[in-house]
Amino acid sequence: MVFLAGIVIGGYLGGSLFLNPEPIDISSSTIETLKNLGITDFSGFVPDEIFSWESLSSPLNLSILIIGGFLVGFGTRYAGGCTSGHAISGLSNLQFASLIAVIGFFIGGLFMTYILYPIIFVS
Amino acid sequence: MNFSQLIKSLIFGVFFGFILVKSEVISWFRIQEMFRFDSFHMYGIIGSAIVVGMISIQIIKRFGIKDLDGNEIKIAPKDASQVKRYLIGGSMFGLGWALIGACPGPLFALLGSGLTIMIIPIIAAIVGTYVYGVLRTKLPH
Repeated sequence: MVFLAGIVIGGYLGGSLFLNPEPIDISSSTIETLKNLGITDFSGFVPDEIFSWESLSSPLNLSILIIGGFLVGFGTRYAGGCTSGHAISGLSNLQFASLIAVIGFFIGGLFMTYILYPIIFVS
Repeated sequence: MNFSQLIKSLIFGVFFGFILVKSEVISWFRIQEMFRFDSFHMYGIIGSAIVVGMISIQIIKRFGIKDLDGNEIKIAPKDASQVKRYLIGGSMFGLGWALIGACPGPLFALLGSGLTIMIIPIIAAIVGTYVYGVLRTKLPH
């Protein structure tokens, strides 16, 4: 819990107090694809269209935040670790289980990106 | 946990959160790039973290480094025979990761950066861990 509080403070220091004013240099091909999916805000860490209190009135955005968060929480415990636990710590300790989990991360991630995104973001 | 351990945990948390922001891995767009194979950014960060992790684990093992409580650090091997658990759980995590573009650590760093909206996926994630706990005995592992 103290560690989590630390992450929030670190997030404030890096993302607010000492924020880099330059926009993040995202690949133009990703920007192009996301524009086609209806994303227009590329200024911050997250697009405003999905991640703002104003956009919560849209049931679609609300369900994206809730379902996405739920899957991350459920999946982390089911798989016994997340990006840092499996992809970084697990792989650096040469754990075969972590390699399977990382393959799982990409099965889910690629399915979401290429199959579900075009269905969710019909613009 | 005594006071000095509390402070150390907090400092490591602050450091971790700061790095998550400055390496831009908390960016939703960076995760999009990664899954679309449009940029080396995330692979470079995770790859170099793995190299540093490997060296650190070797140092910890060779020199018997102790944790904050003074116990020797032992990393329990994961049970690789539970293939279903890692594959299904991992895929669920991946679906969520690509959708909200953040994993557990970055969710809290984003909250700290001023995006109070992140409290919604954080609560949903906590509910997710709870539901897993309830269903655990019924799920294939």
